[in-house]
Amino acid sequence: MADVSLKAVSKSFGTNAAVKSVSLDIKDGEFIVLLGPTGAGKTTTLRLIAGLERADSGDILIDGERVNEAGPSERDVAFVFQAYSLYPHLSVYENLAFPLRSPARKMAQADIDARVRAVAKMVRIDHKLENKSTKLSGGEMQRVAIGRALVRDPAIFLMDEPLSSLDAKLRGDLRLELKRIQSDLGATLLYVTHDQIEAMTMADRIGILADGTLVQMGTPREIYERPANIHVAQRLGQPHINLLPMDVLPVQSAPSAAASIGARTEHLQIEAADAAEGNGCIDWIEHLGDQKHLHLIAGGRKLVALADPFSPLQPGDPVKLTLKSPIYFDASGNRIAS
Amino acid sequence: MSGASKHLATAHSVVEPGPWAKRIAGTLVVLYALITMIPLFWIVTTSIKTPPDSISYPPKIFNFTPSIEGYCNLFTTRSRQTQEYIESLGPATSRCDQIARDRSMVVVGESNYWPRFVNSIIIAFGSTFLAVFLGTLAAYGFSRFRVPLKDDLLFFILSTRMMPPIAVAIPIYLMYRELGLSDTALGMILLYTAINVSLAVWLLKGFIDEIPREYEEAALIDGYTRMQAFFRVVLPQATTGIAATAIFCLIFAWNEYAFAVLLTSGTAQTAPPFIPTIIGEGGMDWPAVGAGTTIFLVPILVFTILLRKQLLRGITFGAVRK
Repeated sequence: MADVSLKAVSKSFGTNAAVKSVSLDIKDGEFIVLLGPTGAGKTTTLRLIAGLERADSGDILIDGERVNEAGPSERDVAFVFQAYSLYPHLSVYENLAFPLRSPARKMAQADIDARVRAVAKMVRIDHKLENKSTKLSGGEMQRVAIGRALVRDPAIFLMDEPLSSLDAKLRGDLRLELKRIQSDLGATLLYVTHDQIEAMTMADRIGILADGTLVQMGTPREIYERPANIHVAQRLGQPHINLLPMDVLPVQSAPSAAASIGARTEHLQIEAADAAEGNGCIDWIEHLGDQKHLHLIAGGRKLVALADPFSPLQPGDPVKLTLKSPIYFDASGNRIAS
Repeated sequence: MSGASKHLATAHSVVEPGPWAKRIAGTLVVLYALITMIPLFWIVTTSIKTPPDSISYPPKIFNFTPSIEGYCNLFTTRSRQTQEYIESLGPATSRCDQIARDRSMVVVGESNYWPRFVNSIIIAFGSTFLAVFLGTLAAYGFSRFRVPLKDDLLFFILSTRMMPPIAVAIPIYLMYRELGLSDTALGMILLYTAINVSLAVWLLKGFIDEIPREYEEAALIDGYTRMQAFFRVVLPQATTGIAATAIFCLIFAWNEYAFAVLLTSGTAQTAPPFIPTIIGEGGMDWPAVGAGTTIFLVPILVFTILLRKQLLRGITFGAVRK
């Protein structure tokens, strides 16, 4: 394991700038998640570190050494792809052994066998070692794919949305397992996803990418509570943050530069009220079982907030909405520090 | 409820043809197969007829006595001798010798069929190997790398198939005479390779395009060079395409007649121009021609049967994603 740094790395495909001057420091043993929508440059960033793409400018350092010109095999990284991750003509065992059988590594057969079996146990696929890799379920395939990265002891693990093709339950299970394995091994891991739950639950630090730029880098809590701008605020939080002009709801002591308000569900206090003192009403309610999403209308604006499942509120009820220390943004969309 | 479940049990997908459609389709396929088998049947039966039976009118379809005379005549040369001379010889040394003597002839040696057959094997398999080997490398290059003028180059490669090859027969004939490639196995291998390689590149490019790049990228990251990744990851997955391409190339090279007639006459002559030259006493020796053709069919038949799964999948490639 090793430190990995990007220093002002840029990459364009034709006229399309995929990654714009991204700088990023990944410390040894850290779990970093890059979060962003499709086309934000997440995968390109990973491929630049892996050596599958060459940077147009900037430096990539692995363990303090500049690797810009090194080929993928010389960089000592492991990569888990989003799909097509297993060699279809090989068995599970051979897939796991493949990186170790590389002529560059010259590992003894006994060592390979021991390593493969240990990793298979770690990713809980040891009962299917002799299966053909195409005869596995989606979850098993991704376990093997992760295992194929784990058999090596690389400088860094790069994972490109490894769980995105799985169903929700499996995704949840593997998320936990991946986090467990990472902390057991103390592995340095750069993980790319567009799933905010994966980012929030697994990351030591999250990097928010938008249009090829690294907008903010911080712990999940920092990013959630103190988003750099409206874009970042919208990436995290379920339901989405409510963005309101200043005049919709009464606010106390707003900064003078504030141009809009970001109100997450915990920033909204909702009380049943009669029509006279209410400043909003309930449009409809989504029942999600363990919680309710209240869709509210206030000052002609739509808002969404969480309510506990036993809340007596009904659609059409007038409510009194109060803001509790919400997030303020200035005219250009940046958060105003409070 | 039971009615509903019974209905479900007999229900079939709307895309699956009904039983009548299947029966009609099956009958048509069998009929078509039988029609295409007629020439084959005729060749094989001719090879086991006697020369008089083979040209009798009305033709004898089933009512003839099988004979190995065709095969004897194919593999031997004979000369006519007087009855006294034949009687002066010792007893016949083989069945073929006996058959020849019954027709007042003696076997004087082996015919050229076997060397011609071996030529066919060397030239057809050699050129198929070369065409598929070069085609795979070229197709991989076109599929994976940024090649300047890629589309133009591919079109140029394809354009070599746009005229009948025999249209360039005279230039090739003159060229081969100058280069000393006339009537050499090397010359024929090069020629068939040149004709087949465009087909191979196009077919294989389609197959290799279908193999996701992620596999090679994974192999590169796993510590393999691009060449190692090509052999260990791309080739095993391209076997279907390679097999299908190999069959197409082999069938062409094996059956090619026009260039073989033009460019070979002796040492490098292949079987197709040789077989029709088998002339017996008083005209064509049809049973020998039939025997030569029957034997000539065997290698391609074996090769196709061995690879028929790949061939089927190869013909329908791209249609169904596994």
